[in-house]
Amino acid sequence: MLYATASQTVGPYLHIGLSGLDCADLIAEAPELAGQRIVIEGRVTDGQGEPVPDGMVEIWQANPAGRYRHPDDTRDLPLVPGFTGFGRVPTGPDGGFRFVTVKPGAVPDTAGGPQAPHIMVSVFMRGLVKHVATRLYFADESAANAADGVLSRVPADRRATLIAQPAGQDTYRWDVVLQGAAETVFFDI
Amino acid sequence: MPPSPARPDPYRRPYWDTQPPYRFDPYVSTQLRSPAQPLIALPHSLSEVTGPAFGAEFVREGDNDLTVGNGGEPIGERILVTGRVLDENGRPVPNALIEVWQANAAGRYLHKRDQHDAPLDPHFSGEGRTATDANGHYQFKTIRPGAYPWRNHHNAWRPQHLHFSLFGNAYATRLVTQMYFPGDPLLPFDPIFNCVPDERARNRLIAALDWETTQPQHALGYRFDIVLRGRDATPME
Repeated sequence: MLYATASQTVGPYLHIGLSGLDCADLIAEAPELAGQRIVIEGRVTDGQGEPVPDGMVEIWQANPAGRYRHPDDTRDLPLVPGFTGFGRVPTGPDGGFRFVTVKPGAVPDTAGGPQAPHIMVSVFMRGLVKHVATRLYFADESAANAADGVLSRVPADRRATLIAQPAGQDTYRWDVVLQGAAETVFFDI
Repeated sequence: MPPSPARPDPYRRPYWDTQPPYRFDPYVSTQLRSPAQPLIALPHSLSEVTGPAFGAEFVREGDNDLTVGNGGEPIGERILVTGRVLDENGRPVPNALIEVWQANAAGRYLHKRDQHDAPLDPHFSGEGRTATDANGHYQFKTIRPGAYPWRNHHNAWRPQHLHFSLFGNAYATRLVTQMYFPGDPLLPFDPIFNCVPDERARNRLIAALDWETTQPQHALGYRFDIVLRGRDATPME
């Protein structure tokens, strides 16, 4: 057996090599996409509340039917031409990031029940020797969130860090706090 | 029988000490940017075992040759970096996108935040991309990057390195790493290299001089194999 190569930080100059796949608008190439078009806005801050202006946020999600564009997702659900489910943006000078996408459908959990709609998020930056992995859920899915197996593993007083809040028409606000009292829940995946 | 989509074969968890802890005080930037709360372990659902499929269609001719472009040859020692991308089960990972970036031969990045007063090279951007072939092989031609100072501690210098970014087949296999050069005297002093606790895991980040790929009268070859997480399933064969 081999061992996975050790992770190393992206460092401060990541955008030299990684900007080629930047994608802030996941639905621009998918005119046939149905479902609720949404904007996700947030900021990344460090343990002193300072913005992280030199980071990168990646997202991965299912389409509105709950189907991932991937060979392992063999369920008989429609794919949408032009929608990959992947997004990547650098953080701005204020630590901000913004994606235009579509609300994902439910995908199954390991017991076969539905997971609440969620977006997989990875955050990279100088000072992170390996990226952090988290999930974004939606505040207006409270019944699904209450039944979600992943959220139920999170201490109740920290669950709110994973839940994006409505912030205007079809817009959700969700921040990533790396460390401190309001620290975002990160997962060991 | 293929696994059900609801119960995919999970990816193996990292072997003890082969991956760095988030907080490593000698690398000062980790102190405020690392999670302080314990991470919450998740079983692998479809969300973790799927991921974007980036392959050769995202690579243009010449993207893996960092020594061409901008109308002239960059200054520095030409090198060929080759290797294979495998999973932990020893299987090649074909058609996998690799993104790389690096400093120029003088140790300067083409980036507005890099204030090191070494010269930029008008013929070197330090950005490259390629995809593995059917057997997991990849190749880059580039310039050996220079060492450069950074502000982590007094008289801190980074060893020469290339940055690598890969997706593999899943959200769970995402990897960003750095490749170092054999015999670099700065390695024992570098907190980024040394944040990996296991010495053997650390040393696997160091490429090997490779006579098989070294081209006479042209460029030295270095070999750097990359291993992505493998699935933790007993094959029924």
